[in-house]
Amino acid sequence: MSTTVSQLDQVKSGPWNGGRSPFALEYGKIMMWFFLVSDAFTFSAFLIYYGAQRFAQITWPNPDDVFQSIPGIVDHGYPLVFVGIMTFILIMSSVTMVLAVEAGHRNARKEVIGWMIATIIGGLMFLGCQALEWSHLHHEGYWWGSIPAHYEGIDKIGAQQFANLFFTITGFHGFHVTTGVIINIIILFMTVFNVFEKRGSYLMIEKVGLYWHFVDLVWVFVFTFFYLV
Amino acid sequence: MEHAHEEHHADMSKKLIWKVFFYLLAITCLEFFIALALVYHGPLEKGPLVNFIYIVLTLVKAYYIVAYFMHLKFEKMGFIVSTLIVFVFIIYFIVLLLTEGSYLNIHLNHVFS
Repeated sequence: MSTTVSQLDQVKSGPWNGGRSPFALEYGKIMMWFFLVSDAFTFSAFLIYYGAQRFAQITWPNPDDVFQSIPGIVDHGYPLVFVGIMTFILIMSSVTMVLAVEAGHRNARKEVIGWMIATIIGGLMFLGCQALEWSHLHHEGYWWGSIPAHYEGIDKIGAQQFANLFFTITGFHGFHVTTGVIINIIILFMTVFNVFEKRGSYLMIEKVGLYWHFVDLVWVFVFTFFYLV
Repeated sequence: MEHAHEEHHADMSKKLIWKVFFYLLAITCLEFFIALALVYHGPLEKGPLVNFIYIVLTLVKAYYIVAYFMHLKFEKMGFIVSTLIVFVFIIYFIVLLLTEGSYLNIHLNHVFS
């Protein structure tokens, strides 16, 4: 009898018995994850609607024809090259972001600053490429609500849906890149002004890093469904 | 707050970061090889087979980004499940809307063209 009572009196120390985070993660980081899950739902909804439209229309513009230029260098005949450069830039800036996080774990302030600057430059380069891509397509006649006058496919509605969805989805992604760059700049200044040094932890870099990787992750899917398939 | 995240840092070393980067780069290069050498200049046709390969490669890339760069692989199992389980609904949504799209392809276009 007495043994049973003492067992009940024992302090439980399992992960779900209270007193500490069962996930062993800081609150803000968990919230960043849940925000990204909801954001992933938004992007999924966009891309799934794109898929549904593509399945529903008779013809769809061939991405090898639409995206065959390298703005400023050649006008046609080179599909995927320009978007390949963009993809490389984004993957690269994702790597510099992880390196910033890694440097943050070692409290190496100088390295964090260096990698954050590299990440910001990568983000800006990506945005510049996207601006070139958009203006090139706009000159060809694609925009929200318009397609080139000489469009040769049978299904003009399909081409219209393609144009609308391309600008909406890459625009929404570009908006994420833009906010990501702004947040990265804020974080860079916080690092420069020793905010994290005083706080004793570079955890904020990790949270911003999660957001930045998510932007890269979305691009992986946009790239496949708009440019490859 | 500090010791909570200090325990799983050893596993994301610089070496591993570059290794994951080269995996991502290699997969992307493979996608370009298929798209340019095998499809655009080569014998393969765009279609379900090539699309299937692209989607598998995309999911592999997504795995490496989420697992290593976003560090999810090193979190507690409970957290991994609680973030990923909801994507069951996304899979269901894909099935639903693509079915709807194919239905419209057959029935709507019949009327209009």
